[in-house]
Parts: sequence; structure tokens; C-alpha cells
Amino acid sequence: MIREVEVMVIGGGPAGLCAAQAAASAGAHVLLCERDGVPGGQLVKQTHKFFGSERQYAGDRGIFIGQRLVQEVRENPNIELLTDATVLGMYEDGVVTVLKDDRHLKFRPKKTIVSTGAAEKFLSFPNNDLPGIYGAGAVQTLMNVGGVKPADRVVMVGAGNIGLIVSYQMLQAGVDVVSVVEAAPNIGGFLVHAAKLRRAGVPIRTGWTVKEAYGEGKLEGVILCQLDEKWQQIPGTELDVPCDTLCLAVGLTPLAELCWQAGCHMEFIRELSGHVPVTDENLMTSVEGIYAAGDVSGIEEASSAMVEGRLAGYAVAVSLGYDTENSQKEVDAARKELSELRSGPMGGKIRAGLAKVAEKRGEAVC
Amino acid sequence: MADKDIIICRCEDITREKILECIAEGYQTIDEIKRVTRAGMGPCQGRTCRLLIAQELSRAYGVPMEEVLMSTFRPPTKPVTMGTLADAWLEEYEGEAAVSGRAIDGKEGGNGE
Repeated sequence: MIREVEVMVIGGGPAGLCAAQAAASAGAHVLLCERDGVPGGQLVKQTHKFFGSERQYAGDRGIFIGQRLVQEVRENPNIELLTDATVLGMYEDGVVTVLKDDRHLKFRPKKTIVSTGAAEKFLSFPNNDLPGIYGAGAVQTLMNVGGVKPADRVVMVGAGNIGLIVSYQMLQAGVDVVSVVEAAPNIGGFLVHAAKLRRAGVPIRTGWTVKEAYGEGKLEGVILCQLDEKWQQIPGTELDVPCDTLCLAVGLTPLAELCWQAGCHMEFIRELSGHVPVTDENLMTSVEGIYAAGDVSGIEEASSAMVEGRLAGYAVAVSLGYDTENSQKEVDAARKELSELRSGPMGGKIRAGLAKVAEKRGEAVC
Repeated sequence: MADKDIIICRCEDITREKILECIAEGYQTIDEIKRVTRAGMGPCQGRTCRLLIAQELSRAYGVPMEEVLMSTFRPPTKPVTMGTLADAWLEEYEGEAAVSGRAIDGKEGGNGE
């Protein structure tokens, strides 16, 4: 029993919600599969305000943006939302398998938008398996979704936006944030977030890393040390910092396993933080009818994930012949928004990464 | 560095020491290391360790990450019980009624995670 589906969207985060809404509002029938019980992706725990422009809900908090997107999707009669539904496989014959309530379901979508987001990177250092060592995502879930104070005394590794924002939210929750450690010579995240931490007296050590963790049965402290310009640890710079929690915010990497399975042309692009599917200007991968939007096609901000989702959704609508004139206008508008979002100095890395993707696409065509 | 205390694959408890031993023995790819150690075969299916192993290979063989051969990705993306697959097979070949009866039996007998 294989169910035919017009458009399947995999992942109900910012990209997937916007993709489903775009394709459905043009008239397509969409099945949206979300692994978690609650759609919204990372937005459900983002209590901070967003940047960007009005079209990307700047000034609003992530959690409210997520709620609004979910409500639109729920109210759209063209969208069927499956929660607690994990996509297990994408096969060469176009069949997509889904695990839902212990049932193994099969679908055959005409078009598929993969918006599976990202996974957190991990770090290798001695005793990195001690209880008390968390990814920043887990800490944020405990705190902002579960209402649990995640630590008493924490060291944060990573001064990108996630590390900075989660550190500040822990301060707000009454956690003693002892230090933020960043291996790179500069703070990676927005300075407005870093400034809040500095004003609260939290040191941000750039050019430092975790040498090792220690503790009997659970984390009791970490040894930090400085790095030279070749990222090598400098002997004699060790600093012993007692703490009960170490939080790792050392970056995300695209969660692209379904694209691999489907046989999409994949490339490792370091500016996009890992292996990504090579996509065209409509965000279609090398496999006809399979699109990729959001972090799965390169790590960026939620704002651009939403716009990419909208782009892919309307591009799919155009390819299916739904409201083509207006849908094409929306595709063009989304492209323009993306280039605006990526135009600043913070967008340099993304622009370099996307240029490489375009180059790889050219090579494949030749 | 105490490589025996560095966990690379959390699901299967594989240390950095073990990965470096494999490299010293001449293994060159993530898939080869997976086959001899089970690194990447646990519940998370390599989401945590794959990149770390790739980094070790990149360093040891002096090849950039761009050129480190990735492992093969196959369904399913997460563990599925045999009972669930058996039910899907029954449903396909014997109709839905067979499954509803079977599902109750399965629960009583325990599908076995």
C-alpha cells in the first residue's frame, strides 16, 4: 500500500513550515512530516528576538514566530500534518518510508522538499563522556521547554550565536556562567549578544579550548588551555575551572542523510558546515523533484531558512502548474530577500559557500 | 593525550585510541572502520561520530575533509523494531485486518526493542 502524495515536506522546522505553507497556498496538496510531537523545530525554544527584516518577523521572538507558522499550517486545508512521524528512507524508485505510531508507512510523492535541519557537532577531549557534558541544544530544551535549571556552574564552549544566546539565557535562569571559551581568535556570533554577557561580567576567552574534563562519575571541572595560531595547545597555559556542567556549542552540521540516500549529488563545503546537496536556483537537488531548504543545504540563520522554505515551496508549485504566474513572482521575491539577508559582512561565509555550490553544479553539468 | 579516555562514538563506546589503532593498521575509510569497530552503527547512526572519524582520517592521511570518502547511507535513519516491519509486510500482503489482530499479539508477546 503506497500512498500517492503530491508534495511531501520532511521536517517541520522554520524551513519546512514555510515550504508547506507556500506550496499549499498556491494550491498544491502537502503532507508535512515532523519527527517531534510538536512542530516548530528549534523555534520552540528560541526565546530571543530575531533580526532581519519585517518579512522575516524581525523583532519578534523565535517561539512566537514558530507558533504563528504552525497555526497557519494547521489552518491550511491543503496541508496534512503528521507529527511523531520520522522519515526512515528515500528510495531510488521514489518511495519514502515513514515511522508513525510504530507503523511503517509508504508514500510516493511527486515532489519532495527535504528540510531536515542540522545536527550538533561534538568535540573530542579526554573524559568527554562524563555526565554533565551537554550539547547547547539539550541545555536550551531543558531550560526553555522543560522549565528545568540545567546547571549551577557552567562553562560554555563556543562563542557563535548559539553559545552566546544560550549562555545569556542561563544567566537569566540563575546559572553561574563561569566562562565562555572559543577556539577561534574572534567571537563568531553577533556582538550585541556578546556585549550582554560581557556587561554581566562573563569572560569570553577567544583562542582557548577544553584540554580535558575531569570528575568522579560526573563532571567536576575542566582544564582549559590556550591555542596558538595553528590551533595547537600551548603548554603551560592550563587553567583549572571547577564546574558541574560543560555546554558544547561548537557548531551545527547539515542533517542530510536522506539526501545521501536519495542519491543527490553531495559535496563537502566547509563554509556551509558540512556535506550539502548541490542545489539549483530553485533549491532543487541533482535528483529531479527533490528539493532541499534550510540548514540541510547549509548552516545559516532561521530567518534565511524560512525564506528558503518559501522559495522551495513556490518553486514546487510552479513545477506542478499551480498559480504559476504568482508563484513565480514569490520565487523571485524570495531570491531577492535571500540575497539581502546574505549581503552584510556576516553573510560573507555563506556567499562563499554558495559560490562553491554553484561551481560544483557547473562541473556536474559539463 | 589520553586517547583511551576520548569517546568518538558514544553509541558504541568507541574511543579515539581504537580509531587511531585502525588507522595504524591501514584502514582508510569511515565504512572500513565502521565494519571492524561498529562505530556509527548505534541508535544515532553515526550522526555524532561520522565527522569526528572523518577528521581523524583527514589528519592521518593528509587529505582535506572535502576528499574524505563518506560512509554509505541506507534506510532506516533510526532503529525500527522487527515487529513494525513484519506488520508492514503483513499489511501489504494479507490486508489490514491481519495487522490489527497481529498488533495485539505482538504487544502481549513484546516486540523486542
